[in-house]
Amino acid sequence: MAYQFDFAAVLQHSDLLLQGAAFTLGLTAIGTLLGVGLGIVGAILRAWRIRPFDRIFGVYVELIRNTPFIVQLFFIFFGLPSLGVRLSEWEAAILAMVINLGAYSTEIIRAGIQAIPHGQLEAASALAMSRFETFRHVVLRPALGKVWPALSSQIIIVMLGSAVCSQISTEELSFAANFIQSRNFRAFETYLLTTALYLIMAIGIRQLLAWVGRRLIMGAR
Amino acid sequence: MRKFHRTLLGTLFAALAFGASTAHADALEDISKAGVLKVAVPQDFPPFGSVGPDMKPRGLDIDTAQLLADKLAVKLELTPVNSTNRIPFLTTGKVDLVISSLGKNPEREAVIDFSAAYAPFYLGVFGPEDAAIASLDDLNGKTISVTRGSIEDIELSNVAPKGATIKRFEDNNSTIAAYLSGQVELIASGNVVMVAISERNPKRVPSMKIKLKDSPVYVGVNKSQAALLDKVNAIIADAKTDGSLDALSQKWLKQPLPAGL
Repeated sequence: MAYQFDFAAVLQHSDLLLQGAAFTLGLTAIGTLLGVGLGIVGAILRAWRIRPFDRIFGVYVELIRNTPFIVQLFFIFFGLPSLGVRLSEWEAAILAMVINLGAYSTEIIRAGIQAIPHGQLEAASALAMSRFETFRHVVLRPALGKVWPALSSQIIIVMLGSAVCSQISTEELSFAANFIQSRNFRAFETYLLTTALYLIMAIGIRQLLAWVGRRLIMGAR
Repeated sequence: MRKFHRTLLGTLFAALAFGASTAHADALEDISKAGVLKVAVPQDFPPFGSVGPDMKPRGLDIDTAQLLADKLAVKLELTPVNSTNRIPFLTTGKVDLVISSLGKNPEREAVIDFSAAYAPFYLGVFGPEDAAIASLDDLNGKTISVTRGSIEDIELSNVAPKGATIKRFEDNNSTIAAYLSGQVELIASGNVVMVAISERNPKRVPSMKIKLKDSPVYVGVNKSQAALLDKVNAIIADAKTDGSLDALSQKWLKQPLPAGL
């Protein structure tokens, strides 16, 4: 029963693990920026019922939120080439993450926008604020502030979900772990270290997002 | 209780010894006398052996067994086996021969004898007919899909030049999908997998570019059956000369029988 741990067998591949972790963080960073951007656009179109885009985004949100991420990823990577659209594994991974996070964040941010009292908008117009100023200070920042914890959780979920991208040979952290495990058969040690890395990264991203939220969104000095 | 166990074990050993002794008689003579050749064949490993739409076994191994039975002028009796029980079926005398995509290795050679090879089985790098890949150096700048952790992955990783991009996938299906969808230019796998691809997608039939590992298949014969082994080898040698093994290879593996087999 006593298991002989052999971390040296894993640590000799530590460069692969760290590189994989860096790629996972990179994927998450790009996916988050573009995905939340897409979400903000979608949320405004949906909240303000701008036709026909609100309907289009409605279909998009339902389509993505009701299908598994791995199927979306396989559709982009293995399916689209049949239509002549051939994306590399990195492009496919980023596109899938942006589309996925875009759909979820559309609904999260829309909730924030709709929670803003109408009187606040009337107050802005009474103060003769321009449309852009109103949007920026009276709509977007308070809306994001309200839903920031939910949005942060969704970003962490997308980061953890990026593990699935290893299935299309994207060489992120899970790919590195699977690769090392297929070479030294030290599954326990490999996945133990990988789990620890994911945990550290998730907590780190949560802290970073909390800081970003305090500084930029809520405007705390 | 312990005594009972000992009795049981004793009976078991006696039965085993009996089985072994019958197997050690002159098998070739027994086959001719009975007029039946009993052969263990695969039933779950196309194109070597599978169950056809008519519920009858079919495949390269079945046709090879039929060829041997015809040359011996006896009836053929097939026993479906899997990869774990095919050698026990032979050593316990339940069958006369194992024709079940059986590769040679030292552990097996200690237990049974092997005939001459009757069909090719190998791992390699495959690609489109017109791709000019003659040596390992030609893999520079190419992308190759392979199933992670498989023997072909290990072999390819050892010999591939630095400039080659190896894309590793979780399972055979993803590896094949990456090739068929054009996400990679080449695929590293077994020749049997290529047959499956060519049956499902004849547009991108992969042809062999570089051989990674050769492991042809042999007929398994019980130890100390020199007469039977010689006869099987003679039939295989004849079948190689008269082209009937080549025809089987063309039919089931979609490729000619390699010259040096």
